[in-house]
Amino acid sequence: MSHPSPDACAACPAHNLANLQKLGVDMTGHDYVVALAGNPNTGKSTVFNALTGLRQHTGNWPGKTVTRAEGAFASGDRRYKLVDLPGTYSLLSSSLDEEVARDFLLFGQPDVVVVVVDATCLERNLNLVLQVLEITNRAVVCLNLMDEARRRGIDVDARRLARDLGVRVVATAARYDEGLPELMQAIAEVARGEVTGAPHRVGEQSPALKRAVTRLGEAVRELYPQLPNAQWVALRLLDGDERIQSAMRAGELGDLNQTAVAPGTPAPPPSSVPGPDVVNAVLELASQLRWQVGSEFHQSLMEAVYTEAARMADRAVTRAAGGRRFDLDRAIDNLVTSRLWGVPMMLAMLTGVFWLTIAGANVPSKLLATLLIDMTVPLLRSGAAALGLPWWLSGFVIDGMYLATAWVVSVMLPPMAIFFPLFTLLEDFGYLPRVAFNLDRTFRRAGAHGKQALTMAMGWGCNAAGVVAARIIESPRERLIAIITNNFAICNGRWPTQILVATIFVGGAVPAHWAGLISALAVVGVAVFGVVLTFATSWLLSRTLLRGEVSAFSLELPPYRPPRVLATLYTSLIDRTLYVLWRAVVFALPAGAVIWLVSNIPFGDASLAAWIVNALQPFGLVLGLSGVILLAYIVAIPANEIVVPTILMLTVLVTGTPGVGEGAGVMFELDSTTDTAAVLKAGGWTLLTAVSLMLFSLVHNPCSTTIYTIWKETRSVKWTTVSALLPLVMGFVLCFVVAQAWRLVTGTGTG
Amino acid sequence: MVDPLVSLIVVTLVLALIVGLFWPSIGLAWRWRRGLAASDRVEVEDALKHLWDGEYRQRPATLESLAGSLGLSGRAAAELVDRLGRLGLLHHDDSALHLTSDGRREALRVIRIHRLWERYLADETGLDAREWHAHAERREHGTSDQQADALAATLGYPRFDPHGDPIPMPSGEVPPHQGMPLTQLLADQVAEIVHIEDEPEAVFAQIAAAGLVPGMRVRVLDRSPQRIRIEAEADEVVLAPVVAANVTVLLIEAPSSVTATSRMSALAPGESAEVVALAASCRGAQRRRLLDLGLVPGTRVTSELRGPSGDPTAYRIRGALIALRRDQASHIFVHKREEVSA
Repeated sequence: MSHPSPDACAACPAHNLANLQKLGVDMTGHDYVVALAGNPNTGKSTVFNALTGLRQHTGNWPGKTVTRAEGAFASGDRRYKLVDLPGTYSLLSSSLDEEVARDFLLFGQPDVVVVVVDATCLERNLNLVLQVLEITNRAVVCLNLMDEARRRGIDVDARRLARDLGVRVVATAARYDEGLPELMQAIAEVARGEVTGAPHRVGEQSPALKRAVTRLGEAVRELYPQLPNAQWVALRLLDGDERIQSAMRAGELGDLNQTAVAPGTPAPPPSSVPGPDVVNAVLELASQLRWQVGSEFHQSLMEAVYTEAARMADRAVTRAAGGRRFDLDRAIDNLVTSRLWGVPMMLAMLTGVFWLTIAGANVPSKLLATLLIDMTVPLLRSGAAALGLPWWLSGFVIDGMYLATAWVVSVMLPPMAIFFPLFTLLEDFGYLPRVAFNLDRTFRRAGAHGKQALTMAMGWGCNAAGVVAARIIESPRERLIAIITNNFAICNGRWPTQILVATIFVGGAVPAHWAGLISALAVVGVAVFGVVLTFATSWLLSRTLLRGEVSAFSLELPPYRPPRVLATLYTSLIDRTLYVLWRAVVFALPAGAVIWLVSNIPFGDASLAAWIVNALQPFGLVLGLSGVILLAYIVAIPANEIVVPTILMLTVLVTGTPGVGEGAGVMFELDSTTDTAAVLKAGGWTLLTAVSLMLFSLVHNPCSTTIYTIWKETRSVKWTTVSALLPLVMGFVLCFVVAQAWRLVTGTGTG
Repeated sequence: MVDPLVSLIVVTLVLALIVGLFWPSIGLAWRWRRGLAASDRVEVEDALKHLWDGEYRQRPATLESLAGSLGLSGRAAAELVDRLGRLGLLHHDDSALHLTSDGRREALRVIRIHRLWERYLADETGLDAREWHAHAERREHGTSDQQADALAATLGYPRFDPHGDPIPMPSGEVPPHQGMPLTQLLADQVAEIVHIEDEPEAVFAQIAAAGLVPGMRVRVLDRSPQRIRIEAEADEVVLAPVVAANVTVLLIEAPSSVTATSRMSALAPGESAEVVALAASCRGAQRRRLLDLGLVPGTRVTSELRGPSGDPTAYRIRGALIALRRDQASHIFVHKREEVSA
């Protein structure tokens, strides 16, 4: 319903200045205001950046915690202000983001609304377009990600879509600046009123609804003759939309009615601002009609939009018909999901990835350690000595903070730099979703999602990355399960601990020719036990704490495509490896400082560390562990990588073994396993200590990097606490039971 | 140090105690908390709800029905009625109890909150239908009007609860009771379920187990004094008349000719079909997910790939290959392709 009054000035700005000011938009020096709407992940911000360049700033919406970006651009002799609305899927239901976006469209009355849509999944995006078009016809659809669509063999007929929608549609690939001049052109034309859209309105209404909307729409139009979207307002009133009702009561809608008349024309008669009685009469009518439109009105409204969007997308989109590649896809699918080959292929693939990671990381890890520790630390120390720094300062900075950080980097970086790209390649090729597909049944029994197989595998690389990877699980309950249980996947930082301890103690307890095999089996056994725990905990959580959370499964199996090796290397290095590494470094710095401090601050006649170790000793013994191990786990919480070096350092510190180690607070590792064994045995380690440590290394709180990541991902203190404490308590119980049962069986009694 | 055996036993006992105390919803601590919550206020509110319900169904409540509904002894119920009378919430004549206008307003307020909670539990959580009522009963007494308004806003201002009962507006308006019991439906008549009575719980459990929900289309296949056989969406359901009497339906005058012939989950690999409808029982996030995938009436789907253990199955939907679990696919009613073209 758009019939601009004949005397309205077409090129004049249509926005509502007073309301824009209320919404925090300062129009000084700008002619038009343009709103940028769109679903999340449609490249909306790329479009925003491409249009505005550096002329932008971010802030919050007035009174809201939702961030807003604002920018400006010029086209011709006009200056445009561009406001980036929050990314939303809909304007119907009422999250805060949706409310902000809708209020701006409705009350700010922007001169142009650019709706950015993803060309690769048009129908999902058209929902929003259709809803925007019900509010305003001053819209331009920016069909973005055309490059991606072409790559996937999807062709979108922009002209057809434009005809169906009744507004301008511009195809763009904002990443490559493709189509942007055309987009600006379209924005300018709509802003100047050169093209008046005859936008589409969702039909598909039951007769009862149609009657109700017509009746109420007439009443609304009588109230506000100049309102362009009376029909829509009527629908919202019928749906019981509180915001619209209050806008009517507060007169905000009346204001809109007035500004819809172009300046320069005679002022509208005062009667056009309706009094409270008339408004209440309309609201009364709405609530009467509401009961006549049926119980599933809200639902069917939403469905009508979906149906309409799907129908339009069908007409506009052609997908490259199957052909040879399609058949190849099927052949691969039939093979990798077959009963016979599915699981063995998956195991082979995973083993390959791990073998490559472990074998490949060895050399660069040694290299980095030599470079960052063996060479740099003496250099730094002599530098500090030359500068005349006091011993405590150089110890604190070099032996504490620097050493811990260097250690984490050298141990963590190489395996992750190999593991993540390999994993991403498999993901890109399209194989990983098939793994989830194959394993879904198994995970489902535990109340989890098949994709948890992927987050678990990612967790074997790094738990923080595994937690981030849980984003691929859209179902809230299953995602939480995946996040909380990810810790039971032994990460890169824990494998070396497992292998070292198993080699020394488990291998040492059996005849020499069995040692290799048995210790390897012990490590694999612990990893498998981790998987068992993952399932058990998932099962337990889905039936207790998480019972009420929403669950909605779906899994897309994308077409196979040749992985883009370089792009993958780049993104996995930036997004995953460096991201995780950066967080680890941020946490390692203070941990290094703490490790050095506890070892060097005197407390009575011993160091603070020795004092804490003694205090923790009885508790450690009950768990089959020791005070040294517990303290190491407390101070080395930022990264599991530094647990063993810390244990060694603390052991030497406490036992006073001469000739080993580098001094109080300086972590070290020994090149030979035999030397390490000697230090640990001097520290009173037995086979039980080793087994308990292996179990505790598997089942204890996640490292602080992971805990922080969990908080970032869930934004929930409750679930972060559960994720941190649940495994810790489980670890205590497990170690306690094992230790006591062990002593009972072996008769070592009171230990 | 202590003896390992003793310490093992002690820790096991402690663990068992903790589990017994804190296991969600059935642990002793939770029961105890619930017992505390069952205060006077709860009793008053529940009584008001019962009285209002009787008014709405034009079966005025009595002292006996009140005692039965709240599980009170006759004396306790009489005391409660006295108290309500003193509070000015009800008056009674020789046989029946009646709400005063204050009582009615208060009753509607509680009922609104109760039904909003049920709607919320049905749409936005994974709880089973049989648990909604009990959870809502627990939450309704601690919810303020502002919280209820916020809840209504996030739910998109629902008008009916998941059993088909109207949710009163904040102003207190409620539409008149309409429809008729399923038992009055004649053979071959088509109707839509508009309401399912959620009390007594045993009967509701049977209805829920049969998969009947408001919004569902049903057709009576045949009926006898012992049982009623109906077709509900794509299933056949047999109900005892006592159970069927708790289901209210609204007759559909001119039912559409296209009906579902099968569920998407029943498609054999390689088979295609057209989506007819989503099951009425599939709501909230579940339904939105399916709609997001483009599963709207008219969409063509092909079953393409079955997982190694038979579940899930991947379907070709609008060019994308989407895996769905069997219980999800069974929410989607389809028309086999050959029958469509015929």
